[in-house]
Amino acid sequence: MVGEEDLLHTISDPSAFLRFSWLIAFLPFVSAALTLFLGKRTPGQGSVYGIAAVGASFVLSLGVLWTFVEGERGFYEATVPWFEIGPLHLEAGVFVDGLTAVMVVVVTAISLCVHVYSLGYMKGDVRFTWFYVVLSLFTSAMLLVVLSADLFQLLVGWEVMGVCSYLLIGHWWEEHVNSSSAIKAFITTRIGDVPFMFGIFVLVFVTGFTTANIHEIGEMIAGGEVSVALVSAAALLLFGGTIGKSAQFPLHVWLPDAMAGPTPVSALIHAATMVAAGVYLVGRLFIVFVEAEPFVLQIVGVVGAITMLGGALMAFAQDDIKRVLAYSTISQLAYMVVGMSMGPAGRTAGFFHLFTHAFFKALLFLGSGAVIHAVHSNNMNEMGGLRKRLPITFWTFLIGSLALAGVPPLAGFWSKDELLVVAEHEGHPVLFFVLLVTALLTAFYMTRAVLMTFFGEYRGHGEPHEAPRSMTGVLVALATTTVFVGLLGSPQFGAVFGQWVFFEELEEALFVPWVAALSTLAALGGIGAGYALYHRYHERDPLESLGPAYTIVSNKYYLDDLYWKGIVRPVRDDVSAGVYWTNQKILDGVVNGAAAVTRGVANAVRWFDTNVIDGAVNAAADLAGFTGGILRYIQSGNVQRYAAFLFTGVVVLTIIITRI
Amino acid sequence: MIRLSMVLIFSAILFATGVYGVLARRNAVLVLMSIELMLNAVNVNLVAFAQHLQEITGQVFALFVITVAAAEVGIGLAIVILIYRNRETINVDEVNLLKW
Amino acid sequence: MTALEIAFVVVAVAGVIGAFRVVTARNVVHAALYLVITLSATAGVYLLLAAEFLAWVQILIYVGAIVILFLFGLMLTKAPIGREALDNQRRGVAFLVGAAILAGLIYLVVDAFGWDETRLDPIQGTATEVGGSIFSRFVLPFEAISFLLLAALIGAIVLSRKDDPVVRERKERRA
Repeated sequence: MVGEEDLLHTISDPSAFLRFSWLIAFLPFVSAALTLFLGKRTPGQGSVYGIAAVGASFVLSLGVLWTFVEGERGFYEATVPWFEIGPLHLEAGVFVDGLTAVMVVVVTAISLCVHVYSLGYMKGDVRFTWFYVVLSLFTSAMLLVVLSADLFQLLVGWEVMGVCSYLLIGHWWEEHVNSSSAIKAFITTRIGDVPFMFGIFVLVFVTGFTTANIHEIGEMIAGGEVSVALVSAAALLLFGGTIGKSAQFPLHVWLPDAMAGPTPVSALIHAATMVAAGVYLVGRLFIVFVEAEPFVLQIVGVVGAITMLGGALMAFAQDDIKRVLAYSTISQLAYMVVGMSMGPAGRTAGFFHLFTHAFFKALLFLGSGAVIHAVHSNNMNEMGGLRKRLPITFWTFLIGSLALAGVPPLAGFWSKDELLVVAEHEGHPVLFFVLLVTALLTAFYMTRAVLMTFFGEYRGHGEPHEAPRSMTGVLVALATTTVFVGLLGSPQFGAVFGQWVFFEELEEALFVPWVAALSTLAALGGIGAGYALYHRYHERDPLESLGPAYTIVSNKYYLDDLYWKGIVRPVRDDVSAGVYWTNQKILDGVVNGAAAVTRGVANAVRWFDTNVIDGAVNAAADLAGFTGGILRYIQSGNVQRYAAFLFTGVVVLTIIITRI
Repeated sequence: MIRLSMVLIFSAILFATGVYGVLARRNAVLVLMSIELMLNAVNVNLVAFAQHLQEITGQVFALFVITVAAAEVGIGLAIVILIYRNRETINVDEVNLLKW
Repeated sequence: MTALEIAFVVVAVAGVIGAFRVVTARNVVHAALYLVITLSATAGVYLLLAAEFLAWVQILIYVGAIVILFLFGLMLTKAPIGREALDNQRRGVAFLVGAAILAGLIYLVVDAFGWDETRLDPIQGTATEVGGSIFSRFVLPFEAISFLLLAALIGAIVLSRKDDPVVRERKERRA
């Protein structure tokens, strides 16, 4: 393999950027607090704190990444003791290696873009300041997840992200749809979080309940001290969290409904960062998956493959532009998951895809936001011909779509190609095939979306106009990044990315020409098919002629209905009612019974106390009174009587004394 | 020579009579008289023993007793007169406020 | 039975009878007069016991002053003169107590000194002797007795003073 040096070493002389890397997560937290307390009084309604903090974090992240750009291969860890429970020592701190550096750059970059974009998009919103508070808080939580050295610290950030997602999806909670979508998102990810937490517990148990430090756990597992069964169990449980957070089958149902939130939120949370956290989890704890039984990774791959295809197919049947992108996200996340399932090489490729996807997906979402901002509608049937009216939006959206479709030399091509190469190289023919087909489908539905939105005649009402500069500037920046960022992983330019993100050993970056040609063909094929069907707008979607297949897909495979009728409604109505009845009759009955028994005992004790004990006391007092009442007659007031007693006493005493 | 026991019995009789008088008489002045009887009995006793023990101390003491008796009668009668002034009676049976 | 004893018995009997009549007389003045008899008899006994100074002191003080006091007291309190129940209801108890005391005392005496054993030899009971003892050995009690007499004197005066105007008026209002 490339380089025989000990790659997993601690960085000997950490730069200032590394030593202050904890600030990257802390600064947005501070800005969240500042915005919360001072936001309304600051000019600009408090957006400046968030932008400044995330901007500073972004600069810091670049500095951290620079360490690894310079050629460092090790890692930097700095922790402080958090608290101890018996033998368990929990720490809080940062763990920075190449992967962390890449992730923080992505998160801060996208967050910064979203912060700036929201200046225009959320202008005049009723809860503008609160939006920025939660936005900053979310950024802080995500960075905490990425930087954390300890599993429980990661869990804290994970859960805070979930809460922020809930708050942001339901930002316009006055509409019932928005609040119920928020609840759906929160509960669905929660369902995934339960196995995740148990996975953490298993891992901590593996260490003998001494530590939750990720690095130490990894070393323990790598050292082979742990039983394979335990490791496999932990891996599967952890993957549950990924299924929830990264919207994989069967817990993907929340992501499309999460589009009810404002578009910047969708861009940040549901495209680039939070949903990527599930993938990051697998990657960070990859040793657990690698040391588990092989079937674990196979399961991961199967889940990813199903999600990939299913998501892509569902994207066809959507008329809401944001939902197209949502299903696309589900599908692309599955790409990354599949990448993870293919071993260390696939891990690198998957993370590379995460990296590129973050940029162009955010771009696409923000672009769609500009469109929605102009047209005041999400429905693509009411769009059309916006190419001329929203030129900047059009061109940037086009670049993003081409990147997503995987057209070279844009970012998406390189990352998808990497995945295909790994699939072929590691011998996963089925995955290879699925990846390829999905690439084709991706190109197809994106073309459909682009054509319906920007080409043809404008079918809506009103006068759409270009977005303000705060929004278009971000779009341009992201588009530029999308063009060039892919080169970081391309073998032609040294595949630098692979030198930052690797698993135990540096991977060789391969460039297999025929695979590249195949993926390009798939992309172009998809574009062509899309063009053929949609270059002229039809009132009735041509795909509807596919009949029942289309119906199934457009109804999301009836999964939502299944969940609703099979799980939610019975639990909410029947199970809840049953539990309520049990509680009222049985549990409360027991409690009331216990209370009645206690009352009875109390009454008996009271009777005893009043009659027996008090009776005794009262009787003693009465006796004293009685005898006193008798004895008082001695005191007659008559002196002679007293004298009589006296003399009698003298006589008696005399007798006694003289007798003794 | 007089037998000691005779004198002592005489003293005892006087004393017992005095006791009876203290307890049985209604008039406060009569009660005081009975007390004088008792004191006299004591004096006789003292003098008898003075002779028996060949000590003059007994007589001296009897002298003191007489003095004390005089003082006591003076005060006692003063009190009786006061009671008479306030209550128009010196019947000890009727002076019994300090009762139950 | 010596002559002294016979004399003693005569005097003692007189004294006893007098004592009995003191406590049983129906007339208070008679009771006072019987007291005189008893006191005189006691003085006689003193003489027989060779306590001459004491005997004359007895006559002087007791008969000469105290009985007079009693008579004055009786007069000032308008003691009922005449036949009237002067004894209270407790005669029975009183008699019992008296009898008990008598019995006890006699028993003690007999137990201690027997009937015949002890005979009293005369002693010098002159004023010289008594005075000498008082002013040498018993001078402190003597002085204390003086104070006592003084206190009694003052007390008697204070007690029998007339009421002050306010109290008198209150009493008159009540009457």
